Amino acid sequence: MNGLDLWMRENPLTYVWLGSYAVALLIFMIEIAMVIHKRKITLQQVRLMREAQDEAGDDN
Amino acid sequence: MAINWFKYSAPTTFYGLAGKMIPWFAFSAAILFVIGLYIGFVVAPVDAQQGEFYRIIFIHVPSSILSMFLYLVMAGYAALGLIFNTRLSAMMASAIAPTGALFAFISLWTGALWGKPMWGAWWVWDARLTSELILLFLYLGFIALHASIDDPRRADRAAALLALVGSVNVPIIYFSVKWWNTLHQGSTIKFTGTSMHVAMQQAMFTVLVACWLYAIAVVLARVRSIILERERNTTWIGELPEVKQ
Amino acid sequence: MKQETITDMKPRQKRFVFIAVAVAALSLAVGLVLYALKNNVSLYFTPTQVYNKEAPQGRSFRIGGLVEEGSVQREKDGLTVKFVITDKHKSIPVIYKGILPDLFKEGKGVVAQGKVEADGMMHAEEVLAKHDENYMPPEAADALKKGETANASAAKATPASTPATSAVK
Repeated sequence: MNGLDLWMRENPLTYVWLGSYAVALLIFMIEIAMVIHKRKITLQQVRLMREAQDEAGDDN
Repeated sequence: MAINWFKYSAPTTFYGLAGKMIPWFAFSAAILFVIGLYIGFVVAPVDAQQGEFYRIIFIHVPSSILSMFLYLVMAGYAALGLIFNTRLSAMMASAIAPTGALFAFISLWTGALWGKPMWGAWWVWDARLTSELILLFLYLGFIALHASIDDPRRADRAAALLALVGSVNVPIIYFSVKWWNTLHQGSTIKFTGTSMHVAMQQAMFTVLVACWLYAIAVVLARVRSIILERERNTTWIGELPEVKQ
Repeated sequence: MKQETITDMKPRQKRFVFIAVAVAALSLAVGLVLYALKNNVSLYFTPTQVYNKEAPQGRSFRIGGLVEEGSVQREKDGLTVKFVITDKHKSIPVIYKGILPDLFKEGKGVVAQGKVEADGMMHAEEVLAKHDENYMPPEAADALKKGETANASAAKATPASTPATSAVK
């Protein structure tokens, strides 16, 4: 029985929390951050594209 | 003209509606997570056989259920998109895939962490674990296939086909523990009811609802970006306050 | 000229990479299916199947069942354990040297991997505990039993299973 096996049996709640719940919450946080980031980037791109189109329209 | 207007109307109204609903879903998801975890860790008793380790169930089972249901919802939207050629359904399918993949991953990850102390192994190639792993690969395959085709309409169709074919896997996951000898135990929640202790049930169902609300919030937020991206040339996008600024 | 072709290739290369990833993911998925099918999908054989010579001969495989009550014997070295896996019809003795999982108990589910040697014993390399799906006080046992019989009748419909599946919760 190695160290991890012993440790998880001595600290089952810490093991459950860190191993499962903290990881799951971290994954949720990362997903939320990615969704927010995507929203920001997409809005920026759409605005830039719109501006470029408007300028092209003014020139003509 | 009338047809065009109809085509654009679905994403148009949906975009605004989704934007209004996201905070509600997100907020209630957060609250229910806290309540569920409180019941799971404070109220629910220790399991007679498994001690504290069984508490992984409160995230493991909800994320497994979500990974399977989200796949069916995704395949449903994909089918709608294929049959009726509606834009929004294909966008919804693409928005669901990453969240489904994450839930499949959480399910596998928490399962491994549960398996090690209880079974004595992180992983075994039994039917339940293998089919859930295949589910994760189906999600990843859907995402990769969609990203590989430049024309979004063609990408939608190809990915939709994959999603539909892959949906066979979902009943296999569910029934694997009945059909074959597996190390994974049978379903705790059966169609005939459940034998689970009440507080444990409450914790699990609360987290399940929280996961559902979370998934809806994230998917709606993601589909809004997809709508923006794919409808960027339309007039209504140009008239949005966040685009105009 | 060369420069041009490279820039021409870029979206195509990108597409190719993504398609490669998709194909790899799919083939991995199919491969896993086939891998699982090859092993008969079921993770283990029951002692009855072993007696009926349905289990592979001369190579390592898994036996699943219950640890027979009163069969666990620990050797003097403190590591070697002998026990009997039963499915209530047939039983197979197992010898194992190593650490047993926490849930290894008499009357509880177990899956052992190893070879059945000439002495008729399985020399196990790995012993896993199989726990049941019940997280509950004993009052609910009746409700559980109903579900279990439903499970067993569903399992009997498939050839891969034997009556032992009902014994192994």
